[in-house]
Amino acid sequence: MSYRFDFLALLPYWREFALGVWLTLQLSAVATVLGFALGTLCAIGRADGSPWVRAVIATYVEVIRNTPLLVQIFLVYFGIATLGIHLSANFAAVAALVVNVGAYTCEIVRAGIESIHKAQLEAAECLGLSRVQTYWHVILRPAIERVYPALTSQYVLLMLASSITSQISAEELTAVANRIQSDTFRSFETYIVVGVLYLALSMVVRLGFMGFGLVAFVRRRKLGTPL
Amino acid sequence: MSAVVSLTNVHKRFGAVKVLNGVSFEVGRGEVAAVIGQSGSGKSTALRCINALERIEEGTIEVCGHAVHDPKLDRRALRRDVGIVFQSYNLFPHLTAEQNIMLAPMCVKSLSKADARTLAQDVLARVGLAEKADHYPEQLSGGQQQRVAIARSLAMQPKLMLFDEVTSALDPQLTGEVLKVMEDLARGGMTMILVTHEMSFARKVATKVVYMHRGTVWETGPGAMLDDPQTPELRKFVGGEM
Repeated sequence: MSYRFDFLALLPYWREFALGVWLTLQLSAVATVLGFALGTLCAIGRADGSPWVRAVIATYVEVIRNTPLLVQIFLVYFGIATLGIHLSANFAAVAALVVNVGAYTCEIVRAGIESIHKAQLEAAECLGLSRVQTYWHVILRPAIERVYPALTSQYVLLMLASSITSQISAEELTAVANRIQSDTFRSFETYIVVGVLYLALSMVVRLGFMGFGLVAFVRRRKLGTPL
Repeated sequence: MSAVVSLTNVHKRFGAVKVLNGVSFEVGRGEVAAVIGQSGSGKSTALRCINALERIEEGTIEVCGHAVHDPKLDRRALRRDVGIVFQSYNLFPHLTAEQNIMLAPMCVKSLSKADARTLAQDVLARVGLAEKADHYPEQLSGGQQQRVAIARSLAMQPKLMLFDEVTSALDPQLTGEVLKVMEDLARGGMTMILVTHEMSFARKVATKVVYMHRGTVWETGPGAMLDDPQTPELRKFVGGEM
């Protein structure tokens, strides 16, 4: 068994690879921001909503966490198309990823919210803070700081999972790679390169989260102790 | 003397347990009322009812003109007039001492950041912690944290301050520094109600002592009443303390 690697055959495609990396980053960034917003709202709803709201959110979270991402993507892309609404592959990809990561975010942030002692809420209430102010200043900020490592892992995972959206030919790194390997017939080399690129992307995402954490969590930066 | 706080025949139960069984007392402007009694006598619950942290089933509570017993009570308006300090400090751990103090004036009174900071420095100086403005709660001793908590309440310029066993978690030395701050406040004319186990402090600073027993006000009078108890229960209680 001998296989002669020929990475040079991929050299003419470096622009495509670079574009793929950029598209994956964009896709993941949008899905991260929207997914975080959705998940956090759901976490608040689950912690503080009416029984009806809680039940709806609980169902959403359980359904998403117990079905494959690929099926969710197909459901969004093809399912909604049969309703006569045509979504672009990229829009469907982002929508599916947001819905998916929103459910996981909800559970993580909820754990953070539950870690905030009731006495903290009482103190905020007695100082006259409104509910929204209490949520923002007293609950969410420390809650998110506490679960930040878990959130980081989740969003790295999201970035890696975005490769699945190549199945509906969304524009991202894996879809680009699929195209290149069918052009060059150099699948082994192509996926090695793509693997290395994803590894690098993971590092970038982790570094990005670390940097954001340093800016956002001042106490943590100064004291270095967990909340 | 106009009453800042008046409780009339207040009843409160937690499930099957009757905690307050017809509590009535009044606190006038500038008075320092010490509520004493054994654990489970209902004194902390009474204090929490004054700040609408607990709902009462029967009776009336008037605080700074607010009808606290009224289900339509505007709680945020009440809290503008009443400050409370808890046994467990309840500072916000992710904020510095100064930020802890600045939060409410900025959120509730819409103070600018600069004004809120000036205010924070002012109240921190009053509790003797001007140099700790940038410290986080975990960097402060229990006594310092409690003084920051007092400063945080003071920053809202309340008409009435409630203290719920604020020294119970502190050793004698730290207790002393917190009590000194409270004494200064009392001397400055603040109306205060404190639930406390510090009998000597009650004797020295309180203008009124409310002894609670079995969910009612068993005996009430000036600080000197502790030296001359009228009821056997208070005599026993004071004796046990000394």
